[in-house]
Amino acid sequence: MTSQTIAKSETLIESSQKFNPVRLVDQIFYWLTVATALGVGFILLWIAWSLLSIAFPAIVKFNIGFLFSTSWNPVNDAFGALPQIAGTIISAIIALLFAVPLGVGVAVFLSENFLPTKVQTPLGLLVELLAAVPSVVYGMWGIFVFVPFILPFLQGIHRVFGWIPLFSTPPSTRQMFTTAMVLAIMILPTIIAISRDSLLSVAPELRQGAYGLGATRWETLTRVLVPSALSGIIGSVMLALGRALGETMAAAMLIGNANRINISLFAPASTISAMIANQFGEASGLQKSALFYQALILMVMTLIVNMLAEVIVNRFQQVE
Amino acid sequence: MTSLLSFKSSFKRKTAVATLAFLSAGLAVSCAPSSPDVATSPAAGDAASPAAAGSGGTVTLSGAGASFPAPLYQRWFADYNKQNPNTQISYQSVGSGAGVEQFQAGTVDFGASDAPLKDKDKETFKAKYGAEPIQVPMTGGSVVFAYNLDGVDELKLSRDAYCGIVKGEITQWNDPAIASANSGVTLPDSKINFVHRSDGSGTTFAFTNHLETACPNWTAGVNKSIEWAVGTGAKGNEGITAQVQQTPGAIGYTEFSYARENGLKMAAIENASGKMITPTPESGAAAFEGETVPADFALQVPDSKNAAAYPISTLTWLLLYPEYKDAAKREALSSVIGWSLTDGKASATELGYIPIEPSLATKVNDRVAQIK
Repeated sequence: MTSQTIAKSETLIESSQKFNPVRLVDQIFYWLTVATALGVGFILLWIAWSLLSIAFPAIVKFNIGFLFSTSWNPVNDAFGALPQIAGTIISAIIALLFAVPLGVGVAVFLSENFLPTKVQTPLGLLVELLAAVPSVVYGMWGIFVFVPFILPFLQGIHRVFGWIPLFSTPPSTRQMFTTAMVLAIMILPTIIAISRDSLLSVAPELRQGAYGLGATRWETLTRVLVPSALSGIIGSVMLALGRALGETMAAAMLIGNANRINISLFAPASTISAMIANQFGEASGLQKSALFYQALILMVMTLIVNMLAEVIVNRFQQVE
Repeated sequence: MTSLLSFKSSFKRKTAVATLAFLSAGLAVSCAPSSPDVATSPAAGDAASPAAAGSGGTVTLSGAGASFPAPLYQRWFADYNKQNPNTQISYQSVGSGAGVEQFQAGTVDFGASDAPLKDKDKETFKAKYGAEPIQVPMTGGSVVFAYNLDGVDELKLSRDAYCGIVKGEITQWNDPAIASANSGVTLPDSKINFVHRSDGSGTTFAFTNHLETACPNWTAGVNKSIEWAVGTGAKGNEGITAQVQQTPGAIGYTEFSYARENGLKMAAIENASGKMITPTPESGAAAFEGETVPADFALQVPDSKNAAAYPISTLTWLLLYPEYKDAAKREALSSVIGWSLTDGKASATELGYIPIEPSLATKVNDRVAQIK
């Protein structure tokens, strides 16, 4: 109000530097966002530090050998993480083998005009709802519905291909392979939703250009659309991988929690998160430290995956 | 004095429930005389425990620990609350280890554990609170072999047989070691799927405690979780139950009450006297007959010598502080413990637990009465 009278002799910049309630709100907002942004980073560091400090006795005692030892013996305080690390990686990779082709396929289908929008939209919604199912429900469903359903097929595979080491044991009711399949279903919505969005966000000119040059739909898809959406698709796969690595409840319920490495996928196995979920309640002393050590390994693994995702996504975006 | 007060209060409320509460709990120790009308009357206020006046009438107790007796505890505390609406007891079955930890940290009013406190834990406790912690047995239970074999309704396992199975030395159902005790039964020529607990648990502790005594060359030790040479791990009694039900040829160890509740077939096993004993609450209780209870109640019978006893039976304990600042809490605790060990016996048997025998219950009540 007062500024109006004085403003005549001032430049725009000068007047903007005067007290202004709007600028105060801006300032507060600025610092608020700074605080929240730093807060998130701080929480991550805090978690990492707490993991490290509780895991420290185990780190000192077992050192790097922890990664290569297969024993988990709370009686003698001898701990290792190899079966869990192997189980975590193998189950996640098998899950990806199922989920990536399926997920990208669905994403392509849902982003093309194969179906009228009336059908397509609810279908996309259903896919996204898959992500809303709690993992304990997947675990229950796996135990009581999926595993009994799939077991006869696996027994067939074992009878025919039993000579291949991967299928060499009779399928157990709790095992690596079915766990990975349930994990695949769990990570599908992540892959589908993000891949579909990135396919949809490909500039329409590219598609029109491809058609204009006489490309078929097939050529347009494989040569133009998917390559230009690749950063998004890979990003979705990495996110899904992160989820598969860290999935706890369903894995703990389905994988059989056997502290062994078995070449056969039909045998019970274990994962890091399943091990932690199982044993944390009653663990104390060095066992607890060892569990935190495993948690730290899992955190580093997912961190690597996320960083890799970042690098790959960036690289492909530059290509575009 | 307190009985008189609670009589007065229940009379005022004129509800059948309150009278029942008086009848059952009033006799045991006290009825947590905490209804508001008592507290507001000056004479009564003096006579009643001061905390009852201070806490406005309702006593809330929280406990945490063992999952093995959790179904029974929850039943007991709910039933007790129905009869004594002013006492609310919550129990989190977080596992014995976490229960002991929370008890040590003082974040609960009582803890619960399937294994007696270790000396180390007692020392830590004494250093922090200046007195020994109190542990009292509340109930017992048996660990059974539940199995899934079509057409085999009464499986008998000799010591050689079940020791061999858990050590991974016997892998086929028609192994002579199993077949010899089961004449007339056709055992399938299939693999034994042994199912063990994957989480740390008092059930595993009781089970391995027995195996170490009963099985020669048992090297895996005794603990809430051990390194198994064989088998699949399942989380919780319910996990074992589900897996045994689903897997033909499976055998696993689980708590008697879970196995019975879910209609699993349970194997009779050979006890120290060479008799095949079917698990029942009676044969489980027989395991504690004639045993002398130590002063700290840490009675463990890894392999009962009683010829009628089912050998894998264990007690489970409540952990109490030697002193409670809030007198109302102390009163309520001793009341609920007294009630559980007498009126609560029926629920214990009904759920498949082994009730504490009267002489031991008296000792427990005496010990609880010494809490300050």
